[in-house]
Formats: sequence, C-alpha cells, structure tokens
Amino acid sequence: MSDSAVPSPRIAVLGAGHVGPVIARVAVEAGYHVTISASGDPEKIALISRILVPGAEPRWAAEAVADADIVVLAIPLHKFATFDPALVAGKLVVDTMNYWPPTDGVQAMFEDRRYGSSEIVQHRLAQSTIVKTFNHTGYHEVEEERRPAGAPDRRALGVAGDDAGAVDLVAEVVERIGYDAVRLRGLSNGRLFEPGGPVFGASLRRDAFERAVSVEAA
Amino acid sequence: MTTTPSSDVQTTAGEPAMFPLVLGLDTFGDLTHDKDDHPLSHAQTIRNVVEEGVLADQVGVDFFGIGEHHTDDFPMPAGDVVLGAIAARTTRIRLGSAVTVLSSDDPVRVFQRYSTLNAISGGRAEVVLGRGSSIDSFPLFGYDLSDYESLFEEKAELFAELLKGGPVTWQGTMRAPLRDQDVVPHTESGPFPAWIGVGGSPQSVVRAARHGFSLMLAIIGGSPARFAPFSQLFQQALEKFGRAPLPVGVHSPGHVAATDEQARDEFWPRYLEVIRNVSKTRGFAVPSKQSFLREIGPHGALYVGSPETVAQKIAANLTALGANRFDLKYAMGGLPHEALMTNIELYGTQVIPRVRELLA
Repeated sequence: MSDSAVPSPRIAVLGAGHVGPVIARVAVEAGYHVTISASGDPEKIALISRILVPGAEPRWAAEAVADADIVVLAIPLHKFATFDPALVAGKLVVDTMNYWPPTDGVQAMFEDRRYGSSEIVQHRLAQSTIVKTFNHTGYHEVEEERRPAGAPDRRALGVAGDDAGAVDLVAEVVERIGYDAVRLRGLSNGRLFEPGGPVFGASLRRDAFERAVSVEAA
Repeated sequence: MTTTPSSDVQTTAGEPAMFPLVLGLDTFGDLTHDKDDHPLSHAQTIRNVVEEGVLADQVGVDFFGIGEHHTDDFPMPAGDVVLGAIAARTTRIRLGSAVTVLSSDDPVRVFQRYSTLNAISGGRAEVVLGRGSSIDSFPLFGYDLSDYESLFEEKAELFAELLKGGPVTWQGTMRAPLRDQDVVPHTESGPFPAWIGVGGSPQSVVRAARHGFSLMLAIIGGSPARFAPFSQLFQQALEKFGRAPLPVGVHSPGHVAATDEQARDEFWPRYLEVIRNVSKTRGFAVPSKQSFLREIGPHGALYVGSPETVAQKIAANLTALGANRFDLKYAMGGLPHEALMTNIELYGTQVIPRVRELLA
C-alpha cells in the first residue's frame, strides 16, 4: 500500500494483552498505519504482533507515540498508576480501560466516585487530550460485530471527550473500523459507558444507544 | 504427511503436530437442583459429581475435569479430593483440574496434591493451571488482585520446575525460596500432563510455550475461529523456545440432550440465570434469546443440542483451531443431576464416537 493510500491519523496502540492486539488488528484492517507497543523491547512482542496483528509494526512505546496522531491506551488499569504521563504529553489519547474492582481489585486512585475513570485518567495525563471509547464492548466482540456503514445491524459505540475536535477524529476512526459513533460532549459523560451503566456490554443500534444514554443523562 | 508407526506423535515441517484425539468433560461443581427445582446441599452436589465422574468413565469419556471455585453456587474449592474419590472407583478415565487457580495457591501443594492423585489413579492425573476468571480465591487467601500477573508468572515457573522431578532450587518474590528441596510424592513415570488455560491473552499463550505447558483455550463466548491464531502463535512460540510441539485443547460450555429442542429448553433458562449472576462481577453482558441462539449456532461458543449437532460443531472447531482435544463444560448451574447424567451418557455413547468418525 502506498503512503498516499493510507489515511491519517497514525495510530499507536499501547498494550499487547487482551485488548491491544484486537484494536490494532481492526485498525489495520480499516487501512490505518498502526504500531503496537508493550512496556519493553518490541522484540518481546514481535511474534504476537506478526501472528495476531499482521500489518502492525511493533515499536518501542516512546518512538511509536512520537510519530502517532492517536494513542490507544489498552493497558490493565492497575498498571496505570505506574504509567508515565510524559510518554503521551501533547497527544490525543483514547482510553479503552475500565475501573472494575470485582475483577481487577480496588485501585485507590480510582476510588473517588465523583469522577469517571477516564476523568481520573485525564487528571493524571494533564498534558494529553483524553477521549473515551471501546471500553464498553467486549474485546472478544470487537472484530465480529463490525459492519459496513449503513448496515441495518451496525452497532453503535459511544465516543466521549471534552475536546470536540478530538472526539470527531476518534469518531471517524470508530466509523471506519465498522461502528456507528455516538458522540457525547464532555468526558464526564463517559461515565455512562462504565460498568453498571446503560450501554456497558450491550450491543445496541444507534437509535437505541442514543436513547439509552439520553434517558440516563436526563 | 508421513506417519511413524512406532510413535503416536508425528510432526511434519510447517504443520501442527498430530496428537491423539481426546474428548473430555469438565464441571465447576455447579450447584444442582432437585426435580422440584430446589437447590441441593453443597454436600449432595459434591457426591453427585463423584457419580458423574464414575459414569463418564463407564461411557467412554477420555477425561473428567473439575474447576476450582469458592462460591455458594459453585461449592468446589477442593476438586482434587473429589477426583481422588472418582479415581478410586474408575480404572480408565483421565482426571484433572479445569482449572486450578495457581495464582492464589502454593505450587508445591498443587504439585503434591496432583502427584498424589496420580499415584491413586495409577498415572491418570493431569492439571490445568490458570489465573481463573472468577477471582473469589484472591480475597479468600489474602492475595491482591492487582498482583495476579506476577503471581501467576512466578508460580507457573516454579510449577514447571517441580514437574521435572528431582530436587528443586528456586527463588522468587511471592513464596519462600527452595534449596535442593525434594518434593514428594515422586511420580512413577515422569511428569504428568500440565496445561495452561488461556482466555484471550496472547502473552499467556507465549508463557505456556516458554514453560513447556500444553495450551487449553477457554472459549466461552463469541466465535471460536478467532482463536485459530492463538494456536498458531503457540506452536511458533514453542519452536522459538526450542521446544517440541505440544497439544492444544478447547474448553467450552454446553449441554447435550436427546433433541436440539430439549437441550435448548433445558439449558437456556439456567444459562440466563447463571450469566445474569456472574455478569455483576465479571462483566459478561446478560444474554438475550437472540445472542443465545447465535452462541449455539455454528459460529458461537456454546455446544447445546442433540448428539449430532454437538458432534458436528466439535469436529468443525477442532479442525479450525488445529486442536486435538475438546472438553465440554457440562452442568450449567440449576440443572438437575438427572439431566447431567443423561448429558454424560449421550456425550460418551454418541457424541464421542461421532466426533471420532467425523475426524477419522
């Protein structure tokens, strides 16, 4: 594929666990330039990358982020406390994580229930612009639930953030991957996507999704 | 592909190794109900599991596995004791865990218990190690969930050392060190089979390969075919670590009854109830009838139906996944013991011969 055929933005996926390779794979298939990074030497994830995400480039996180327009944060939330904010300073960061004490244990940083987990991520990554999406779908569904635009059973994904331009950019990626993006103004509205919320784990069309989040917001 | 009559393990460059086909059953000791739909006691549920294991042996099932759980609706924290009882009443069936939550256990004790089971059963023990997707054992035994990764990594490494036999010297951060320690009982003929159960993490697949454990794919929702690259990743990782090919297995839930309709009608309300309960803590979406029908269809993860329907699906997915073993997790909580016995009998007498025929 020539460079001119590759749509911007360039996407750096951080995390090679359950979620990262899945997001990287669908982003590659949507035609994006995608890198994947774990916490250390890319050589350690070369095999995973080659077999599970053909077409994505394993790179050191810092180098991958420097060249990326969008950084997808797909690390286990309990590792976030030791994640270096400087790594993604100045970047648009997609937060796919959830705070879910029954499965991941209690994380002191996320216990302040006045804020959603992505707002707490934003506080800590103060130099970055956070957009919340993909957190409310199962990683095992991301590939098979994709549909082309206009398909009657195309699933909706919520995209929430404070920066309208960033939300638009991420929404476009979500659409191109194969979902209807429902934009929510304000990262605080990302709380509607959290575990226990009205759309978490639910496969909804756009109209049902919009109803679910607006009823809840009212 | 060439064949080597002297060995049942054959490899050809670029193709997965051929291992004997193994068709087993797993249970989590799900609380069963009586015919009036009242829950049985924990004790009766456990005694029923012993009977189920014995029947599985009689009808030709290759393996019977018990998954560790610690809750009121899965009262099965000491599956190895139950397996010991089954071992004493059987002669043929292989017996093991499905899974042992190694992260919150002591690898030395796990080795000792399954090596003891191996002695009782005359060499029929196996162990499937996992983090366990239900996490009740962590607070129970005083472990921090956020340590699960390092707990599992370290303990898997120690377990691999213990399996080799002979004195063990080991040092880590999660357990007291061992120096030249003889761990008993010794096995009679080398290590018993050990697997790592993997739910969806590619790094767990690579870890299994690194330590030389076989790979058990736990596929409980969505399309089984999406796990095919995991199987490939496993074999390539083994090659990278200089290890010989190892078998790949699949563990998935289901229910077999005389007809598709009966299996669906028996299973669906119980499945809905169980998933509704666990969804609160494990993030599963509560199933709809529509999502259920998709899961029991050809592209879903549930094996619910007549013997023919279930056999066809097992055969197709073993082929698609390059796997040689399938363990059906029967016994959805709330089903009566009698329905489980029917399931086991149909699985042994009809599903297993049919899968063998389809894959011959």
